[in-house]
Amino acid sequence: MAFQHKHILGIESLSREDIELILNTGDAFKEINGRDIKKVPTLRGKTIINAFFEASTRTRLSFEIAGKRLSADTVNISGSTSSVVKGETLEDTAKNIEAMAPDIIVIRHGHSGAPHYLAERLETCSVVNAGDGAHEHPSQALLDLMTMREHKGRIEGLEVAIVGDITHSRVARSNIYALSKMGARVRLAGPGTMLPPGIERLGNVEVCANLLDAIKDADVVMMLRIQLERQSQTLLPSLREYARFYGLNTENIKLAKEDAIVMHPGPMNRGVEISTYVADGIQNVILDQVANGVAVRMALLYLVSGVESMQTQ
Amino acid sequence: MAKRETIILDQAGVNRAITRIAHEILERNKGSANLVLIGIRSKGDTLAGHLNVLIGEIEGEQVPLGAVDITMYRDDLAERGSLPIGKTDIPFPLDGKHVILVDDVLYTGRTIRSAMDALMDFGRPSSIQLAVLIDRGHRELPIRADFVGRNVPTSREEQVEVVFTDDHNPLEVRLIKP
Repeated sequence: MAFQHKHILGIESLSREDIELILNTGDAFKEINGRDIKKVPTLRGKTIINAFFEASTRTRLSFEIAGKRLSADTVNISGSTSSVVKGETLEDTAKNIEAMAPDIIVIRHGHSGAPHYLAERLETCSVVNAGDGAHEHPSQALLDLMTMREHKGRIEGLEVAIVGDITHSRVARSNIYALSKMGARVRLAGPGTMLPPGIERLGNVEVCANLLDAIKDADVVMMLRIQLERQSQTLLPSLREYARFYGLNTENIKLAKEDAIVMHPGPMNRGVEISTYVADGIQNVILDQVANGVAVRMALLYLVSGVESMQTQ
Repeated sequence: MAKRETIILDQAGVNRAITRIAHEILERNKGSANLVLIGIRSKGDTLAGHLNVLIGEIEGEQVPLGAVDITMYRDDLAERGSLPIGKTDIPFPLDGKHVILVDDVLYTGRTIRSAMDALMDFGRPSSIQLAVLIDRGHRELPIRADFVGRNVPTSREEQVEVVFTDDHNPLEVRLIKP
């Protein structure tokens, strides 16, 4: 079955078959990253704009490297240095970008739904969501699944604990959709102020009373970043208290399965959601996540390019 | 109208052809030193495996065996869309090696062009030689095979299919007329 999505806006609109195709394609592309010559001509002549209206190092770099390894021309613009600061609307910015005939726009935006808004208004180019507000971060969930599959050999039937600020986490939301579609079970834990009511309706989700219930016998423990620059300060009494009740450390990690893996979307706050001993421990696969990020983004760029090229023919 | 199929090479014929190719490869390269076999997915890699078994029987030792998937090097993304990408597996350096590229059917030559581009990304082989089970003509690029199992004149409307058994042994070659 061929891939049909011109845009990647979220995991919610992908099927299980789509996710499997993306992961398999990512597995195949991963080999390139180990070569001496890390470049294939697959997307030669394509132009990819990385429009990041919100701070990012890892994701932007990862998308840029992914595009370059496929021989596409990648250009970055960031919110603070673009004409957005002069008051241009998002739609005008995007239409101006589209007038220069790129093939794919990768967008990160602080407002939920910004990529969807652009996808409806742009005529030719594909839109890939690199994180929109508190909504979705599809490429992160896909690299997480790729890493889980690599370490556990499967996703179906895994018990995955996701701990932290669920309310504001697009990583959590995309993972809940992706893991549920793939047949894993998600357990959520976090302070009451950070657990939105009704979250269990998004998928195969169990809301746990505390961290310990969530990580007990888990196959995967995913710690979310406490977003110090955002709302967290008003939602938490103190970081020390958060670390005490919701931080992963060498003691409570023992509740998880012996071969459990520890994941974090980065950047980590050492000593807050994850102790430095766990962050550097043998169970952590955090750098594998980063490595797989390039491969899975190559897969996304490749798959949407095929659909985009066929339509413009 | 139903498609008509003719068997143009039966199992014994395929096995004889592969055996002859194995001998020819060893004769041309004066043994198996510095030889590597790389099959093009998804059927050339199976054939390369069989060739390697035969080379092992003749020389007493098999040569390094790899597989290349050429989807990333195709020139028809716009016509075909994003085809599924298989794994390329070349876990050894190609520098200074005589690479025998193996495919089932040689047709336009575009697949071979893509495969050679891929091989160049893995190093600088001393030579690349092409072994195919069937050469059906209609080249669109200046490419020829060094080792051919059987030349089969075809029309562009026809299809040539190399069929394997469930356990990946070659069964027969079919010519399918529209």
